Amino acid sequence: MRGAKSAKWVAIAGVVALAATACGGNSSSGNDGKAKAVDPSGVFSYQSNEPQHPIQPANVMETGGGRITDALFSGLADYNPKSGKLENLVAQSIEQNGPSDYTIKVKKGWTFHNGEPVTAHSFVDAWNWGADTKNAQQNASWFSDIQGYSDVHPDKGSPKTDKMSGLTTPDDYTIKVKLANPAPYWTYKLGYSAFYPLPKAFYSDPKKYGQEPVGNGPYEFVKWNHNKDFLTKTYAKYAGPKPKNGGIDFKFYTTSEAAYQDAVSNNLDVLDQVAPTDMAKYHQDLGKRAVDAPQNAIQTIAVAEYAPAIKNVKDHAKFIEGLSMAIDRATITKTVLAGSRTPATGFVPPAVDGYKANACGEACSYNPAKAKQLVQEADGANASISILYNADGGHKEWVTAVCANITQNTGVKCDGDAKADFKTALDVRTKKKVQSLYRSGWVQDYPLNANFLKDLYGSTAAGNEGGYSNKDFDKLAAKADKAATLEESVKLYQEAEAALYKDMPAIPLWYYKTNAGYSENVTNVSYDTFGKPVFTDVEVYKK
Amino acid sequence: MGRYVARRLLQMIPVFIGTTLLIFLMVYSLPGDPVRALWGDRPVDPVALNQLRHEYWFDRPVLLQYWHYISNVFTGNFGTSFVTGRKVTDVIGESFPVTLRLALVAFAIEIVIGLALGLLSGLNRGKIADKFVLGLTLLLISVPVFVLGYIFQTVFGNQLGWVTPTVQDSNDISQLILPGVVLGSLSFAYVARLSRTSIAENMRADYIRTAVAKGLPRRRVIGVHLLRNSLIPVVTFLGTDLGALMGGAIVTEGIFNVHGIGNELYRSINQSDNATVVGIVTVLVIIYLVTSLVVDLLYAALDPRIRYV
Amino acid sequence: MSEALTTETALEDKVATEAAPNPSQDRPRSLWSDAWRDLRRNPVFVVSGLLILLLLVIAAVPSLFTSVDPKFADLAHHYLKPPNYSHIGQADWFGYDGQGRSVYSRVLYGARASIIVGVCTTFGVAVLGALVGMFAGYYGGWLDSLLSRLTDVFFGVPLLLGAIVILNAFTHRTVWSVVVAMVLLGWTQIARVMRGSVITVKQQDFVQAARALGAGTGRILFRHILPNAVAPVIVVSTIALGGYIATEATLSYLGIGLPPSAVSWGNDISSGQTVIRTAPHVLFFPSAMLSITVLAFIMLGDAVRDALDPKLR
Repeated sequence: MRGAKSAKWVAIAGVVALAATACGGNSSSGNDGKAKAVDPSGVFSYQSNEPQHPIQPANVMETGGGRITDALFSGLADYNPKSGKLENLVAQSIEQNGPSDYTIKVKKGWTFHNGEPVTAHSFVDAWNWGADTKNAQQNASWFSDIQGYSDVHPDKGSPKTDKMSGLTTPDDYTIKVKLANPAPYWTYKLGYSAFYPLPKAFYSDPKKYGQEPVGNGPYEFVKWNHNKDFLTKTYAKYAGPKPKNGGIDFKFYTTSEAAYQDAVSNNLDVLDQVAPTDMAKYHQDLGKRAVDAPQNAIQTIAVAEYAPAIKNVKDHAKFIEGLSMAIDRATITKTVLAGSRTPATGFVPPAVDGYKANACGEACSYNPAKAKQLVQEADGANASISILYNADGGHKEWVTAVCANITQNTGVKCDGDAKADFKTALDVRTKKKVQSLYRSGWVQDYPLNANFLKDLYGSTAAGNEGGYSNKDFDKLAAKADKAATLEESVKLYQEAEAALYKDMPAIPLWYYKTNAGYSENVTNVSYDTFGKPVFTDVEVYKK
Repeated sequence: MGRYVARRLLQMIPVFIGTTLLIFLMVYSLPGDPVRALWGDRPVDPVALNQLRHEYWFDRPVLLQYWHYISNVFTGNFGTSFVTGRKVTDVIGESFPVTLRLALVAFAIEIVIGLALGLLSGLNRGKIADKFVLGLTLLLISVPVFVLGYIFQTVFGNQLGWVTPTVQDSNDISQLILPGVVLGSLSFAYVARLSRTSIAENMRADYIRTAVAKGLPRRRVIGVHLLRNSLIPVVTFLGTDLGALMGGAIVTEGIFNVHGIGNELYRSINQSDNATVVGIVTVLVIIYLVTSLVVDLLYAALDPRIRYV
Repeated sequence: MSEALTTETALEDKVATEAAPNPSQDRPRSLWSDAWRDLRRNPVFVVSGLLILLLLVIAAVPSLFTSVDPKFADLAHHYLKPPNYSHIGQADWFGYDGQGRSVYSRVLYGARASIIVGVCTTFGVAVLGALVGMFAGYYGGWLDSLLSRLTDVFFGVPLLLGAIVILNAFTHRTVWSVVVAMVLLGWTQIARVMRGSVITVKQQDFVQAARALGAGTGRILFRHILPNAVAPVIVVSTIALGGYIATEATLSYLGIGLPPSAVSWGNDISSGQTVIRTAPHVLFFPSAMLSITVLAFIMLGDAVRDALDPKLR
């Protein structure tokens, strides 16, 4: 009883003193001088969350399962962690023979964790299986460029066949691909998890496999303690660059605050993302072990073109431009978002191939006087807008700040329109019942500007929920998709992007950053543009 | 007595059906398409969407879905989550014992410390000890759970280093003590205050005056006469609380990274994961039913005037 | 004083008229007027009454105490600025929040929504729960079984699930929709506590005596059983009041409570939570107001309960 009593007072004193002591209790500076030995077989723990599905590469969409899949598998090609450029991995060579013909040579000597050699069939069979309607894989549409996709994945009814005609294997280590239509950037998709190979053991029982996956990557499966962790160890016969550590313990956290606490107290080695609560302090808490890296993702406010609140404004391109200029991106990212974002200057993030500096120009820079003028010219000063967002994504604070900017600078009434979860907000979006504006975001599938443009702003794109239509953009995008080379396509997409700023289908807000860090037990931790640590580079200190 | 218990056990069947139906309908009426949400911001593949819908019965009328679910339950099959593809019984089997342990730690703290403080202040009404207990409980009541959780975590985990800031092994009961204290703090205040009121009231009752007048030792008066009669409201509260602790541990489990049923429930509600929600809630309701039966039986044990037929 | 008590006395009057349709004919002084006489002399009641009066005035006309707009945000200059305690009554007295808004002003303007949610939910929950519990405990038998099992079913509904389902039915959410949802989901605990309490009381001699004297069921229930059984309900409800204000915070945080533009302690507590480590004052002041409100109502509850307890006389 006495204990409970005094504990309580300590605690109360604690809350009062939080500001003063800044709770940087851990003195981490003491070890900096000593050089510690690295243990090449050391296992490190990494902040993760319980995968939402069994581990099947063509069915993984969320981060939890995605990161694990990436550790267990190696694809034909991978993106360079720094530049984002495509580099061959299991592929010896990827050659383009014509606008829609490719020849891929597979390296010899690669094996799955069960010893089975990785061949051209390991890939082709996996892709055919993943595309097949019967298997209902969530990533099936990734194969839609390949000729014969509509036979295994018809819009209605059951598939005619279980093999895509565009895929052939002249020998065990060669894949010939024929696309239904030219797609100059198709090879960039090869780095995505849907294109990972599968061993024969997979097909006999995909469900059981999903619980005990066998891949061909640097790490092999050890144990999956559901809701607790996912254990892997380094695959001894890995044919790629040898990992500098002994394995990864994917430790599941339900809140990122808890993970952060563990990292600060050295109970967790590598963070995935620092919690918003800890953003302001993590540089101070972790010192040199704090990481701040660009990530290829963007946050925007998209416009629901069909909403009366937007339609009733006389010149709505001008109106949106005015709203955009009323937002003080630099201050909001620095304060409310605690430096976890960088102000956007266009629809394409900087580390993406095809990024054009300051593409958005004046429309994305803070200018309250011009903002007010534009809104008045557009006859929208009396308008009342709202920003739809999902409350489970940590968007409330910045939506409030953006609305305060808009109201105070232009007089337009603005309020957040919160929905309980992503699913509810999405429902409003797909049913086209958004009041005026909605929060939208995009994380790269692959680091090319097409990925940030075509899938979101094309008149018929599935991601275009606001009903935006721009003939110039559509024309340029179509031309870019037929371009003979990647460079040409990237360039045409840059032109297409420029066409968007004329009528602003969305307000670019900011680009994401990877705000993470690591414990005193590990070193050499870096993150790629997907926000994923470079697992194989992590070095673990000897205990 | 035996017939009473049998009747109460029989009553569990309609409650079970009523609860599962109610929860099923509620989850069904949650807005948004849960299957579509699996794709997130990315464009959906309509064929796969329809196939998943069909596989997990989302394309049937809701009552048919319920019938499908409940008839499976009676064959011992509690269904599979369409999100994780895992059996609901497996999920509950893993997370339930963790939360039960956490709730029992909180429960024990409530009973022992809560009752002791309630007794202390009830017997010394108006004195310093009473004021102290009232102040302490007031403080606990008015500090939101997550604030208390963060403070405890920072003070005991990061600054004093007595425990790790989060629970490393959810099955280790000694690591569950700190989250248990946080979880039980509010209810502990309730118990202390309820027993204080009840004891102070019964102190003035005639039978206590009689017992004291008869010259019974103070220990006996308090232990047998006073405490027994004062416990009914407290026991009622405790009976409702065990279940509430288990269902309401979401915040505490999140702060301390305990992999219990609260988090699973939160996730499954957010994703409209029908089978998992109904499964978890059913287990919780069974706990309420059992505890409320125990509470009713305790009434009779505590107060001989109450009888059940 | 009289203003402060309007809600309370109205409550009592209402109950009193329901309970004793014609008190003056029975006895010169009713239980309730006795209680009222006692209360006026109780210092605890006077202090808590004055506190509640002050809170009600703040809730009704916050502009009396500040001229600062609680929604005016200035990120560039005021982001998370710490309190300046010498500037009593000025915008920066309690510092600024994560949006650069005056915490002092927000704490005052937030009182209205929070007090309405707290008081109305407590009242609704207490009335609904006490009625169900009283009938179940008094009549026993099949009615008890029915009501108790109904309570079990509702008790099982998780707050999050229930709140999403109920609150999504409202297109424009206000404090009242939050109150309705919380009453519908919160009455079960009071019902059980009341039932337990009534079961004890109905066995006691004075109830038997009243029945033997030919008192009607309504009279026994409301004149004899209710005053004697209500003590634990008052304890639980007054404690729960603070909990309801905090629950409103949780609901707002989950995006199903008040709209984000609404000024309420709950909204501010949930956003203060995100900066607890850097700027604890953002969380401290709305929480402190919540604590003071809870304190006032608990003290009031204690005083009322003492005054209503016939055994004290």
